[in-house]
Amino acid sequence: MSALLIRNGHLIDPAAGVDGHRDILLKDGRVAEIAAAGKLKPTNGTESLDATGLTVAPGLIDIHVHLREPGQGYKETIATGTAAAAAGGFTAVAAMPNTSPVNDSVEITRWMLAPERGAHVRVYPIAAATRGSKGESLNDFAALKSAGAVAVTDDGHPILKDSVMRETLAAAARVGLSVIQHAEDTRMTQGASMNAGPMAFKLGLRGMPPEAESSLVERDIRLVTELRDARSHLHVAHTSTAGAMAAVRKARRNGLRVTCEVAPHHFLLTDEHVGFYNTNAKMNPPLRSAADRDAMIEGILDGVVDAIATDHAPHATHEKEVEFENAPNGITGLETALGLCLRWLHKEWKLPLGRVLSLLSAQPAALLGLKGRGTLAVGSFADVVVFDPKAEWIYHAKETRSKAHNTPFDGWTMQGKVRWTISEGRVAYTGA
Amino acid sequence: MSNVQIRFLVQPAPALRRSTGVASEDSMTAAATAPPVRRHLHPPPVAATPFPYNSGSLLSVQDLTLEAVSHLLARASLLENLDPLVRDRILLKRRVALLFYESSTRTRTSFELAAKGLGADTTLVSNLSSSIEKGETLKDTGLTLRALGAEAIILRHNSSGAPWLLEEATRLPVLNAGDGMHEHPTQALLDLRTILAHLRPGIEAVSADTLAGVTVTITGDILHSRVARSNMLLLPRLGAHVLLCGPAQFLPELATGAGPGISIERDFDAALRQSQVVMMLRIQAERLAGQQIDLEHYKASYQLTGQRLAAHAPSALVMHPGPIIRGLELTAGVADGSQSVILEQVRHGVAIRMAVVERALADSSTKAGRA
Ligand SMILES: [Zn+2]
Repeated sequence: MSALLIRNGHLIDPAAGVDGHRDILLKDGRVAEIAAAGKLKPTNGTESLDATGLTVAPGLIDIHVHLREPGQGYKETIATGTAAAAAGGFTAVAAMPNTSPVNDSVEITRWMLAPERGAHVRVYPIAAATRGSKGESLNDFAALKSAGAVAVTDDGHPILKDSVMRETLAAAARVGLSVIQHAEDTRMTQGASMNAGPMAFKLGLRGMPPEAESSLVERDIRLVTELRDARSHLHVAHTSTAGAMAAVRKARRNGLRVTCEVAPHHFLLTDEHVGFYNTNAKMNPPLRSAADRDAMIEGILDGVVDAIATDHAPHATHEKEVEFENAPNGITGLETALGLCLRWLHKEWKLPLGRVLSLLSAQPAALLGLKGRGTLAVGSFADVVVFDPKAEWIYHAKETRSKAHNTPFDGWTMQGKVRWTISEGRVAYTGA
Repeated sequence: MSNVQIRFLVQPAPALRRSTGVASEDSMTAAATAPPVRRHLHPPPVAATPFPYNSGSLLSVQDLTLEAVSHLLARASLLENLDPLVRDRILLKRRVALLFYESSTRTRTSFELAAKGLGADTTLVSNLSSSIEKGETLKDTGLTLRALGAEAIILRHNSSGAPWLLEEATRLPVLNAGDGMHEHPTQALLDLRTILAHLRPGIEAVSADTLAGVTVTITGDILHSRVARSNMLLLPRLGAHVLLCGPAQFLPELATGAGPGISIERDFDAALRQSQVVMMLRIQAERLAGQQIDLEHYKASYQLTGQRLAAHAPSALVMHPGPIIRGLELTAGVADGSQSVILEQVRHGVAIRMAVVERALADSSTKAGRA
């Protein structure tokens, strides 16, 4: 019987419509009681945390991370990746299947969920949609779902063939899983290593045109429209172009089950941030034009975007210390997401704190149907982040809990310092 | 913020409402139906570049101020005319490594003669002679060369940006002798020296209007050309107008965005009529990445022939960075003709590279940091 009392914090729980000073009692991994500040007293055996002056919110949920296990433990492990998650205020992460081997089986899904992995926060595997993520033959979605998978995707690659994507959407809908698409028409991006545009021309690098993303999103929306009766849910991963955002906006207007996520780097940075071949500014989709970046901000501010997801993609240092076109795609993101969202979305662009937190917890939980997560309503999982919303601090990549240091945000000013991350009632991270 | 406000603002996608406890209106959120509103946003600025780390490096023509260009031009003339026995004491026994990942007889020999002409010891490390260890990264090769005593590295590499990687890793003066499809700064400097010798004889101290009124047409495979990039970034800073000419496949419209003073003229004859200088580029078959090109069609539109030259630019300088492919981008008659300065360019190359190598080793200083 473990109990934890969080006293006198400012509770913001968007899904429950709570915004005020509260005491929260966590018991046996669940939220047991919520009362006005000062009303709950610690009893024997109850630990207590003083959250005076701090914000208390549902633990953050990142629906797009790469934990690299099985197979690439030199980049990251489930233990180190989730330690970074906890440090960033996350209490649940959805792990992409582009591991080695690809997570396209019940065995791998179960292996990832085994206690021996040493996860610090809840891990939700997302399974491969097709065998080996090769985009040809569908996996057994019902079996994967019962093993614990919460969605299907071939992330890292698109599901390119119309027929395979149509089948995937229909089959996933039958078992109640979402389909997450890495929208990239790879026929347009061969040999390319950054966004197509004046910057790529100037740097002498082959570019990925924004249409490679938007055309596939448009294709997928067309398929969802055709399959309307199936009630398929299409989720667009790491949206990065104005064209894709416009397509999602239109689909939403037409009442389709189409959602999208945006990564912090896509609403903050542009291809100009590649500078002189900074491989820590190389990811896929790439940093885009200023107009695309602005469209991501607009999408977030006006509500088209359903989730902020980091696409945390750790790589070993030596893998990034190579020629730009030879460097692997991806940057880390779990430890910087909250600090960047508060610094820019909230402080700079005036998005209300409740909405920022909702994009990082309530909405992603709803999107993937993660029951009992993303809210601190009584009976929910005791997943909590307690942070100082006013604190400014500098992020130093060398102090990361992740195995990897590949971030373009090293040395950036963050806002909002995590003091405690509590995962199912246990303190998973204690900040300074 | 009130509770009511939060309930209003937090509305997940319509399809997901049933599964959440979040309040909602009817079928669609007001937010998602509204057209995007243009707001005045102040996004994070782009950080100033830390490059070059070493003041002796020449990674891009953009590293050079016009004063630095003037200094290099002056030193090139002085070194070229100096008694070889005096000249070879300038960098006596200094150690310069030539690190070549691509074959290039012209550039390699030119740099080698330049460095040796100043008395430096040179070592050639090349993937063709398998002196680069198999599988070793550029960073490790660079660190090894530094540990062996190299004081500067001249790098030719098939990947755009490789010199930046090498400089960051070694903090040595790095001279970019051509990187991928990106830059070839010493080529632009020697081209400038060639142009000045003909159009502005006697001028070495250049300024923002030295080449005012001069139009330079660069024709051919612009997309894959490091020579084109370095020239289009350097010449407009001296007042020249750069006209790019070629088919869309080799010359995307956005090329004009590389910098000021650059425009596109797809009609070669029209470009020639405006030009005092015409630079021809070869088609880089090795970089076509599977693209096909109709050579006969290309030649009909863009080959520099004697007829074309006589009709449209009878007094323009004809330049080419080499190697030339006679009968493709230009005819043999034009290559050997009286307007051609192609071999002069080669001669200017040695002088310019002496100045650049001297600058690399003269009083190079390294910014503090890991190295
Ligand atoms: Zn992806």
